[in-house]
Amino acid sequence: MTFTTLFGLCGAGLVGLGLYGLICHPSVLRKILAFNVLGGGVFLLLGVIARRGGGVVLGADPGSDPVPQAIIITALVVAFAATVLAVALLLRLAGATGQATLDAEPSWRPSSPEKDL
Amino acid sequence: MGIPLTLLEAAVAQGGNLLVLALVLPVVPLLLAFPLGGRLAGRIALGTLLLGIGVAVAIAAAVLHGGTALDYHLGGWAPPLGVALKADGLSATMLLVTAVILGAVGLYARPEFRVPPEARETRAPLAFWTLLLGVWAGLNAVFLGQDLFSLYVALELVTFSAVPLVCLSGRPETLAAALRYLLFALLGSVLYVLGVALLYGAYGTLDIALLSAKLASGDPAAPVVLGAATLMTVGLLAKTALFPLHLWLPPAHAGAPPAASAVLSALVVKASFFLILRLWLDVLPASLTQQAAPLLAALGVAAILFGGAQALRQARLKMLIAYSTVAQIGYLFLVFPLTLGSAAAPAGPEAAGALTGGMLQLIAHAFAKASMFMGAGVIAAALGHDQIRNLGGIARALPITVLAFTVASLSLVGLEPSGGYAAKTLLTAAADASGQWWWALALNAGGLLTATYLLWVLFNALSGLSRPPTLLKPPRRHQELLVLGLAVGALVLGLVPLASFDLILIGRPSVTEVANGVGLQ
Repeated sequence: MTFTTLFGLCGAGLVGLGLYGLICHPSVLRKILAFNVLGGGVFLLLGVIARRGGGVVLGADPGSDPVPQAIIITALVVAFAATVLAVALLLRLAGATGQATLDAEPSWRPSSPEKDL
Repeated sequence: MGIPLTLLEAAVAQGGNLLVLALVLPVVPLLLAFPLGGRLAGRIALGTLLLGIGVAVAIAAAVLHGGTALDYHLGGWAPPLGVALKADGLSATMLLVTAVILGAVGLYARPEFRVPPEARETRAPLAFWTLLLGVWAGLNAVFLGQDLFSLYVALELVTFSAVPLVCLSGRPETLAAALRYLLFALLGSVLYVLGVALLYGAYGTLDIALLSAKLASGDPAAPVVLGAATLMTVGLLAKTALFPLHLWLPPAHAGAPPAASAVLSALVVKASFFLILRLWLDVLPASLTQQAAPLLAALGVAAILFGGAQALRQARLKMLIAYSTVAQIGYLFLVFPLTLGSAAAPAGPEAAGALTGGMLQLIAHAFAKASMFMGAGVIAAALGHDQIRNLGGIARALPITVLAFTVASLSLVGLEPSGGYAAKTLLTAAADASGQWWWALALNAGGLLTATYLLWVLFNALSGLSRPPTLLKPPRRHQELLVLGLAVGALVLGLVPLASFDLILIGRPSVTEVANGVGLQ
């Protein structure tokens, strides 16, 4: 088994774990963490693609394809921003209602629809 | 005619630079707003939005006059080394619709998101104006981008600006709605990136034109293409809120402030739909699209029926309008089978009308839905509630708003002479011509459902006219006129000759060429 295959399989495993957590866990914090695991899997896959060489720069040394690396850096920043936004919303929600899940039936009393402008 | 013609020539000559201007224009006031504060941010944002309409008109005029798409290579580097911007007819149309709707929303929101004279700075105005500009910057980038990964970044910019708009009021249920929206959107974007990574790994390019050429010469049903297409589409569907991934939309769109609801329903969900359209029509080979199209359209039909049925059950006006968005998004997905036909019966020349019809449906819905959400805002501000059963007599108290709601309803139902009618006529004609009558059946069933729930609202609004309700405060006249203006916009779309929508198809290979290309392979 080559290193690229091994890391590719690891990436696929992380994607599966993250997808499961994101869909199945009721706790929002766990969902956010699962999203990061899932993102980690995608980044690992991109790293494998960079290592194998995407084929844009013909004749370049394999392992030096810069495009997937640039994608990883950019997507990391985006994923970080997404995590910050999600955690900030979750903190506000927990502060307002005392709960950190998104059940269909909220245990707190929603404000009356009359105020719902 | 001399001066307009010179202006047109100049616009065509400067085409590429206009695209850069469309990208830069929203970002400058966005950055300026932070040091200048919310008081000035509103004024600068409004001024820029008006400028933006001018730029969008110039781009549309240049595309229409030149008859080809506008191109720009960032830094002078052509793909695959560089990143390209391109405005074909689809992009130019979307840019124009976005600028007009955002301009109207900005004018509507001006009195509601104003820093009061006695306060130095308040949170909501600064947040609203920066987020509105953020949505605009992201949308323009989505419509102009030609690189699958840049499109991802643009779509994230739209999402990250749209999510906080949902919970501007800070009430717990809007926070929960925003969080649910964000989680759906994050799942969607990570699936999209996974698909992009697979395509890059297999084909070594992310540029739409280069990628579609490589895909066309390869095996259209290669596992990596199928996998990537599925991942990207499911991801984008979650952001578009197509049934059954629509769960986040009604609470998010109904809980947002009216001006924000209008932007979310009219424009934000269309950004990811636009990418689905690009993906299946411009990137993936037509033979693959023909196989996937019935599935996408079937989900669309499910959305039409389910969204309509749910809208009937709603007690609150804003929730009804939000479920109506779920249903109206469904219509857009009928474009796929109607534009390309099936593998057995490739589309004929009349199928060009299907894409025009689909885009017309998108534009008419954007105008009508923005009008409805802002009208619901006027009603809720005047009455203090938006319970449909208790709307009795508002037709006398708020005649302009109810008139606007009626006019917007004409377009959503698809009655003559509205934009919705023109869209449905084109789609039905394409369905008849390609022998796919069942999609036309879904269109008409959807129209019936839409008519039922909108008439229910109008029935309540028009009852009890002898006892008009006492208003908490009089409506703002300019807001009512903007609501009416947008509704009339949706109506007028059906009155202008169809030839004016030729803009939509500029820069695209003709549909028969695409379909025949499939036959030759």
